[in-house]
Amino acid sequence: MSLNPTHQTLTVLVENKSGVLARISGLFARRGFNIISLAVAPTDDERFSRVNLVIDVEETSVEQITKQLFKLVNVVKITELHPADAVERELLMMTVAVSPEQRSEVIELVGIFEGKIVDVGTSAVTVMVAGEPDRLDDFEDLMRPYGIAELQRTGRVALPKARKAS
Amino acid sequence: MEQVEVVFGLPGGCILPAYDPILDSPIRHILVRHEQGAGHMAEGYAHVTGRPGVALVTSGPAATNLVTPLCDAYMDSVPMVAITGQVGRPVIGTDGFQECDTVGITRSVTKHNELIMDPDEIPLIVRQAFLLATTGRPGPVLIDVPKDVLQAQMDWSWPSDDEVAGSLPGYKPTLKGHPRMIKEAARLLADARRPVIYAGGGILKSRAAEALAQLAERTGIPVVTTLMARGAFPDDHPLCLGMPGMHGNYTAITAMQNSDLLVALGTRFDDRVTGKVDSFAPDAKVIHVDIDPAELGKIRQPDVPIVGDCKQVISEIVRALADLELPDLGEWRSRISGWQERFPLYYEPHVQGDALKPQQVMEVLRDSAPEGTILASGVGQHQMWASQYWRFNEPYTWVNSGGLGTMGFSVPAAIGAKVGRPDRTVWAVDGDGCFQMTAQELVTASSERIPIKVAILNNAYLGMVRQWQEMFYEERYSEVYLSPDLPDYVKWAEAMGCVAFRVEDPEEVEPVIAKANSIDDRPVVIDFRTDSREKVFPMVPAGASNDDVVVHPAQKPTDKKVVQ
Ligand SMILES: Cc1ncc(C[n+]2csc(CCOP(=O)(O)OP(=O)(O)O)c2C)c(N)n1
Ligand SMILES: [Mg+2]
Repeated sequence: MSLNPTHQTLTVLVENKSGVLARISGLFARRGFNIISLAVAPTDDERFSRVNLVIDVEETSVEQITKQLFKLVNVVKITELHPADAVERELLMMTVAVSPEQRSEVIELVGIFEGKIVDVGTSAVTVMVAGEPDRLDDFEDLMRPYGIAELQRTGRVALPKARKAS
Repeated sequence: MEQVEVVFGLPGGCILPAYDPILDSPIRHILVRHEQGAGHMAEGYAHVTGRPGVALVTSGPAATNLVTPLCDAYMDSVPMVAITGQVGRPVIGTDGFQECDTVGITRSVTKHNELIMDPDEIPLIVRQAFLLATTGRPGPVLIDVPKDVLQAQMDWSWPSDDEVAGSLPGYKPTLKGHPRMIKEAARLLADARRPVIYAGGGILKSRAAEALAQLAERTGIPVVTTLMARGAFPDDHPLCLGMPGMHGNYTAITAMQNSDLLVALGTRFDDRVTGKVDSFAPDAKVIHVDIDPAELGKIRQPDVPIVGDCKQVISEIVRALADLELPDLGEWRSRISGWQERFPLYYEPHVQGDALKPQQVMEVLRDSAPEGTILASGVGQHQMWASQYWRFNEPYTWVNSGGLGTMGFSVPAAIGAKVGRPDRTVWAVDGDGCFQMTAQELVTASSERIPIKVAILNNAYLGMVRQWQEMFYEERYSEVYLSPDLPDYVKWAEAMGCVAFRVEDPEEVEPVIAKANSIDDRPVVIDFRTDSREKVFPMVPAGASNDDVVVHPAQKPTDKKVVQ
């Protein structure tokens, strides 16, 4: 899920109300826009939530998607984040089927990626890594030969780089 | 408060608590026979008054019956507030009796909707609904109210305008045009040699007809009025070219195709207007003014995009033109009048023994209509003939379903229009197919004493579909025949409390219409037996380029492709 030039991140500030997410996903479905990943979280102001959307801008222009989103009454602000201007992070949790003999190799790799071992069993470990989405892709590739039993990624969250923010 | 004077609705279990106070309320309630009727009446009312139409119905099946008018109002940007009952809060989500996910179902066909879970929020949500429905790009807003919320005690409050605006942090329509863009638009106007003003329904929504006339007269630029904008610029004005699009007139279509500047005002480049988009007005630069930013660049990339309220932006453009020298468009206008002379609207005259010509019925209806008559229509051939043959010289006299194309729109919409403008004569031109979809609202009209008039152009067919089957499916007529006399429209209308006539003889068209015009105490229905072979011309076949507009076979189509 590396950042492809046809992908773009939108940070959408929405009113913290029930149904807002359904409005956004309904809009995408109806207009034939593609969501690649989506993450929602409250902000420091309890009236609002922030939705991070990675969208596919190959078929539809980001401008049209943004304008349609902005028509939703509960959408307050939309920021287009160009990868170069943004810090983006994602969280990955993974259970790796690994024998006790190979466990230390996995632990070493998790260390290199600044991750954590969150659970250990006799023939598997569950690990957690947070980082740039590209890095998580690399980590996934490295783990694959050991055998990925379960994988969960959160979708990316993003903020403008501090020096860009006013 | 919101100054609602009339509500169209029908009660039921969940909305009962809202109906009891209606007995003591100054608000007039019009009891419909089907909730779809309530929705279209609210639309008709809104179309002619500019005020939001209100529909009040119960939960479940009543709410789903309202989906079509909501979608219709959404497509045509009609201000409307719908209030639906919902099962009590403890029951929501349990598949209770007459429960349905109304806000879920209507989310994509409303500008906004809201389920009220806290009785204290009722005033604010109602105020928000009216604000949203009527400002920015207007549209339908739905409020879903659980029965126990309607029954609960609450602390009365009436939020101020500021409180309402403050409660909608994401809603700030742009009204004023960007000054640089206004300047740029004025410059393009001064440079154009073959400009056309492409006026859409937004002109009516922003009440900009006067501003449009100023712009046209100041610049001498000819104006086309889309199906949604009929009446926004007077048909009898020398600069008016009439309706463009699939069944528009030859001149309107061809002038746009040959233009070097399209001034698109409150319009959305609908496929029924553009034909094949790639070959639509290929040499034209585009100034596009709309209050909805998402319309700019949705279909055609404008050279000068202007987000704003049409009325305000047009006035700003007119002001910006003050210091500019404008070109003489005499040559362009004379080319245009050449097309007008060569390709006027045409139909073959009636032949003794044949059924009535629908176009002729429209012409007589038009010429007999009292000043200021409002015309509503259904969807199909009759709609196109109504739009083509009527002369719309006043805004807000045309009520039709453009974007959704809803059969069954005309009777209830005409009723709503008559409620909004009781001083006006209101004619509904309907098809025999359409009439059968919502005719029961004539019972509403009779019992509420709303004397509308209905002209059924009864061609015994789903005529528009028949026309496509004739032209594009080798005359293989599949499921389009309806029969001229089943039902018996006269008996049916009489059973619904109307005065009814049948007209088969061309000699009777005029006297019967005159009689209908003289009746003002109950609805009138006329069953005109029209020629089912008649087709609507001109026609741009679906997906074809506007260059390939097909005129009536009797009009020489040779050298119809006009070169620069
Ligand atoms: C609710 C609905 N169903 C189907 C259609 C498709 N449709 C468009 S025009 C038409 C025929 C309308 O027949 P009629 O009312 O007799 O009008 P005519 O074309 O004969 O004038 C049909 C079926 C529609 N527009 N709306
Ligand atoms: Mg018919």
